Amino acid sequence: MPTIVMPDPDAGVIARAPQIIAALEAALPAGTVISSPEETRAYECDALTAYRCPPLAVVLPRTTEEVATAMRVCHELRVPVVPRGAGTSLAGGALPTADSVIIGIMRLREILEVDTANRFIRVQTGVTNLAVSAELEAEGFFYAPDPSSQLACTIAGNIAMNSGGAHCLKYGVTTNNLMGVRIVLATGDIVEVGGPLLGMSGLDLVGLICGSEGQLAIVTEATLRIVPRPEGARPVLIGFDRPERAGECVGRIIRSGLLPVAIEYMDDVCLRAVEAFVKAGYPNCAAVLIVEVEGSEAEIDHQIERIRLIAEELNPVEFRASRTAEESLAIWKGRKSAFGAMGRLGDYLCLDGTVPVSKLPHTLKRIGELSKAYGLEVANVFHAGDGNMHPLILFNANAPGELERAEEFGADILRLCVDVGGCLTGEHGVGIEKRDLMTKQYTADDLAIQMEIKSVFDPAWLLNPAKVFPLEVSQPHRDKASRCP
Amino acid sequence: MTFTHTQINNAAAAVSPTSEPELAGFIAESYARAAPMRVVGGSTRFQSEAIAADQTLTSRRLSGIVTYEPGALTLIARAGTPIEEIEAALAAEGQGLAFEPMDHRKILETKGVPTVGGMVSANISGPRRIYAGACRDHLLGVRFVDGRGRVIRNGGRVMKNVTGLDLGKLLCGSHGTLGVLTEVALKTLPVAESQQTLAFPGTSVKGAIEIFATALATPFEVSGAAFRFGTAWLRIEGLCPQVDYRRQRLSALFRDREIDIVSEADSRMLWRGLRDLHHFAGSNVPLWRILVKPSEAPAVVARLDALGGNVSLDWGGGLVWFETNANGSAVRHAAGMGQAMLLRRGTPPNSDGFPPEGASIARLSAALRRTFDPAGILNPGLMDK
Repeated sequence: MPTIVMPDPDAGVIARAPQIIAALEAALPAGTVISSPEETRAYECDALTAYRCPPLAVVLPRTTEEVATAMRVCHELRVPVVPRGAGTSLAGGALPTADSVIIGIMRLREILEVDTANRFIRVQTGVTNLAVSAELEAEGFFYAPDPSSQLACTIAGNIAMNSGGAHCLKYGVTTNNLMGVRIVLATGDIVEVGGPLLGMSGLDLVGLICGSEGQLAIVTEATLRIVPRPEGARPVLIGFDRPERAGECVGRIIRSGLLPVAIEYMDDVCLRAVEAFVKAGYPNCAAVLIVEVEGSEAEIDHQIERIRLIAEELNPVEFRASRTAEESLAIWKGRKSAFGAMGRLGDYLCLDGTVPVSKLPHTLKRIGELSKAYGLEVANVFHAGDGNMHPLILFNANAPGELERAEEFGADILRLCVDVGGCLTGEHGVGIEKRDLMTKQYTADDLAIQMEIKSVFDPAWLLNPAKVFPLEVSQPHRDKASRCP
Repeated sequence: MTFTHTQINNAAAAVSPTSEPELAGFIAESYARAAPMRVVGGSTRFQSEAIAADQTLTSRRLSGIVTYEPGALTLIARAGTPIEEIEAALAAEGQGLAFEPMDHRKILETKGVPTVGGMVSANISGPRRIYAGACRDHLLGVRFVDGRGRVIRNGGRVMKNVTGLDLGKLLCGSHGTLGVLTEVALKTLPVAESQQTLAFPGTSVKGAIEIFATALATPFEVSGAAFRFGTAWLRIEGLCPQVDYRRQRLSALFRDREIDIVSEADSRMLWRGLRDLHHFAGSNVPLWRILVKPSEAPAVVARLDALGGNVSLDWGGGLVWFETNANGSAVRHAAGMGQAMLLRRGTPPNSDGFPPEGASIARLSAALRRTFDPAGILNPGLMDK
């Protein structure tokens, strides 16, 4: 049995399921509500597939107003709501409960306004991350956050989790690129927050909503900052025979005044898997860095030369600078297929802790020791420039007890991240996965105020139940809310 | 219980704790008495008359850099640390605060010391905001004391952190109404090795907006786009060959216009003056900060001109500075969809409230303030008229 516990569903809600479904169907256009078990099963999990539970029903509105209607019905009938984007969360952020209605925004797919003169785009949030940049390509702009699920993931999900990506070292994460949102509150009220002006006064509610994991509202429209496309970009690949040299190289590049768009790290376990999978031609060594820089051809050459000088002081086993688009693709090929390559080795858990860059060598060493102690192999592939680690713990799901052991190992790694001054999650979110570790990072008061804020937006605690806040810590809030009229 | 007091700016003695527990103790005691307080940092901006409080609390003496790791681009400092101290420490490592916080002393003729806590509380961000983001985008974590005296931590010291709700964003720009900051963690960035500025003399507001729109749509990473008294300015920064290349490419885009080049130290001095509004110093005429969509700036400026006064632009036209004796409601009316806020009140003081909010936003914001400050003792009246 996996170790993360979900609360028992509300028997009262389950008993009223037919009335709830009827009320939703009566209030919404035909084809909006899904309730047959064959169809709701498609929504039983997100990308944290070890946890599954079909919802009571799924609502797929086409407009903000329909989202509001669905929310109002659920609020009146006191039914929990699980907001859902594309369902690519690795943290169980969109995991349903049996007594919940999923409100999915994937049919809200309109691009509403492209304004390059004022440098923003306004979209409905069911648009995928990649589609936003595609829309802007002809104008010479792009939307910077680029989570690796960008082909599938929606802007709504990006906002809910404050998604990052490989290129956020230079361009920032979702919250740095989000200017305004249109939200639907738990009561069904629609509120416009922020907008295309820079530096608006008043409390930064946009900043609060970004990364709130569906605890406060459902976001149906977003105004996003757009930036001009660089003239070009090329990576270099640097191989080292010792992991700590790669870690040192990261620190030196950052201190040098260069600002690469991305610095990615892969360890030997990952390199072997990638080589076996796609034959990317990576060196056989202890660690590889991929560093990407942007600009004109001459600017790129100049930056790569500086990186070479920095790297050579650390005796790399290989320094390979891309000169052409084909060579760039070849260098990125292994990194981009890393997760697929790891999947061929067996089941894995993908973690997401962040540590101060200076603590990377220590953290990697300690993870290696834990790996031996748990008897489970771990691969490290991550965004080194900002210390956002993604250890992949390999296990066999069919071997009794291995998932539990992998989860224990993962929890130990995340505790380690907090102990060295980092945090539980850099870009995937808390969801259910890191929920019960929140007390490791935060004190009772730290969590209390966050829950009080949730109560401001969602007094009945109906939105995205049993996520983010440890169950025993949120129990008093949930008990109180359930007594609401 | 007795608390440390300090004299600031000839005003009444302010409570100025020297430790976080002392500060938390004072707020807890004030909460028990429901005694409102004015919350200040280094007192370099005007003291709003909207705040009704008999006591003043400053974080000025919670001072000092806690840690600075240049290789990790992070700095943690206590709230009362002077920004000058932080900038000096960063400069020694070739780094800086990329969002370029403004120093208000010259323009407001104040004597205090700008502190990092005050900077974060007001989300102070200068010309580079259009490229590098605002103060809030560089804030990695906070420690603060809420209106009940609870010490609360949020965020951390790492660049990527999505663990729980982001209270740092909420505190940044809350002007002390949600809590009193005791410590902040900031992202630092390398200072570019070279900078140059293209100056476009003989330019109208409309012409400036066209220049900005063209330049800011290029990949040349324009890090400043400002206008004052008939000249538009574009700043480019980076590695030496990069800046030369970008200057050439931008100049070619505007080859039909007269362009002067301002380099390195002269350019840095120019932008310091633009940042701190030296062109509006030495006067006591009310000065407004008006946020608009850049494309709407010419129309807004035309309406402001009709009221009489002086205009300058920053943030590629997204920020209009307006010095005028016209009354506040006329300025707000002329700003249209833009947001107008007073930076200098003038004598007699203008009303200095925050721009009005829509009903739903006002209701949510008020509920959040009550959550952080149930007794309404932190800068009451400032953001909630």
